[in-house]
Amino acid sequence: MNTATFSIITAAVGLAVMALFHWLSVDYAYFAGYTILQFIVLATAWNILGGYCGYVNFGTAAFFAIGAYSSVFWYKFHPLPIPLLIVLGAVVSGIVGLGTGYLTLRLRGAFFSIATLAMAVVFQTLVVNWDFVGGSRGAYIIHPENFELAGLEVHYIEYLFALMLLLAVIALATARTIERSRLGYGFATIRDDELAAEACGVPTLRLKLIATTLSGAFMGMAGAPFPYYIGYLQPQSAFALDYAVNSIAMPMIGGTTTWVGPLVGSILLGSAQQYATVTISSAVNLLIVGLMLVAFVIIAPNGLIGLVKESLRARRRS
Amino acid sequence: MTALLHVDNISKRFGGFVALDGIEIEVAPGERLGLIGPNGSGKSTLVNCICGTLQNETGTVRFEGQALDGLAAHQRTRRGLARSFQLPRPFHSVTLADNLRIPLLYTVRAREGMLHAHSDLEARCHELLDTVGLLPKAGRMPRDLTQVEMRKLELARAMAAEPKLLIADESMAGLSHSEIDDILALLVRLNERGVTIILIEHIMSAVMSFSQRLAVLVSGRKIADGPPKDVVRDPEVVRAYLGQ
Repeated sequence: MNTATFSIITAAVGLAVMALFHWLSVDYAYFAGYTILQFIVLATAWNILGGYCGYVNFGTAAFFAIGAYSSVFWYKFHPLPIPLLIVLGAVVSGIVGLGTGYLTLRLRGAFFSIATLAMAVVFQTLVVNWDFVGGSRGAYIIHPENFELAGLEVHYIEYLFALMLLLAVIALATARTIERSRLGYGFATIRDDELAAEACGVPTLRLKLIATTLSGAFMGMAGAPFPYYIGYLQPQSAFALDYAVNSIAMPMIGGTTTWVGPLVGSILLGSAQQYATVTISSAVNLLIVGLMLVAFVIIAPNGLIGLVKESLRARRRS
Repeated sequence: MTALLHVDNISKRFGGFVALDGIEIEVAPGERLGLIGPNGSGKSTLVNCICGTLQNETGTVRFEGQALDGLAAHQRTRRGLARSFQLPRPFHSVTLADNLRIPLLYTVRAREGMLHAHSDLEARCHELLDTVGLLPKAGRMPRDLTQVEMRKLELARAMAAEPKLLIADESMAGLSHSEIDDILALLVRLNERGVTIILIEHIMSAVMSFSQRLAVLVSGRKIADGPPKDVVRDPEVVRAYLGQ
């Protein structure tokens, strides 16, 4: 199946879900769905660097928040349509990703992770002290109740949902394309053994920079519409540790070596969190993530996809 | 005849420790050179400097007459300088076929724009696996391999880069006699196809039967270089290996 067919099928599935929500006519479904889609984008983005290349990034929140705050900046400076904001958010976060790559990719393993975590703190401090985007007070983003396009009028949340759906499709299609390309093989060698990769002619530094840039850009994309979704953005919520933890946990639970892993993990964990938020309390969220992560590390260290593949292999052999 | 590889006065130190001290080696095209020396004599450091994993402090490595100073390891590989590692370092998360596909994708294609079609790539992978006798295991993972198969994979991967010069760094350590003969036969066949080979090895029988010329490193210096039979009788070499 080529990328175009894949994108069309994924988009069709998403549109079917959207049609169902529309028919149910429950705004909450969009709110919950938006969060899950956002995590699909974040988890897929994280996986490009973390899963394919093996560099564990703890700074997801920073890239996400940079995307979100670039939108806040434009909102205050000169309001632009959200699709444009998404592109701008991607550009800014992508550049930050590239810079982070240059500064930190000499570090390996835990040291790289610590550096990304530190980077998140640095950016949070910058935003807290930047008055124009609201500083620590936060910023209000007022959007119209409805969105109009060519005479068609839909609830704003439906519009945001559709945008995030599009981003999820783009992210998944990109991840899948990478996986099957020369780039994907190169990423796998970085994960396995960088010295041997160089000996095989793989330009490891350049590939790692491509990975950090792409990963950062997608995280920024996911963050750009966020202020419009949440209505009030403050540094604590944009830089929340939840994003970092979730975008690591979701691919881990699903499986990090394929694009399916982050998708499955996001849907599973995202839905469980939404369910817990409504029925128990939103504070239970991180507990669920923690428990599921522990369970999966023990039962299925290669994620759900790894578990399925193993059992298929075992069945073929017997 | 100009040398394929010219290691010109290379030195490398780690802190106060001099690992290589003014090494001078020339390798002619098509030659089979053996490189021996006691543990810690600088053999692997020399390989790392030639291949770009480490950067030498003084001197120059010339390959086909061109200086390689400052080139990263992958750029040197693309010019035709391949190596196998002392301990096999396969890519663990991909199949054997993919282990070979990676150098094919990143060297041969980058160098000559060959192998465009997917089927060409597939055929070449299988051909290489067949050469080392691993074709039946093409779809298996490296963890399913035995030690000798792992060495063969390591060599096949170096061969996939279509090198002009192959440096085999102790590819026979820990193997049985028949396995050593297997690997030696593989290297000789490769050499007959025009690939220059530097063999680094402790197993003297293998080195003696393979090498046309022998160089000896001791404490970062080259103490002998010449026909194998003369070199092993050299008093200085004997002293280095057996003590006085």
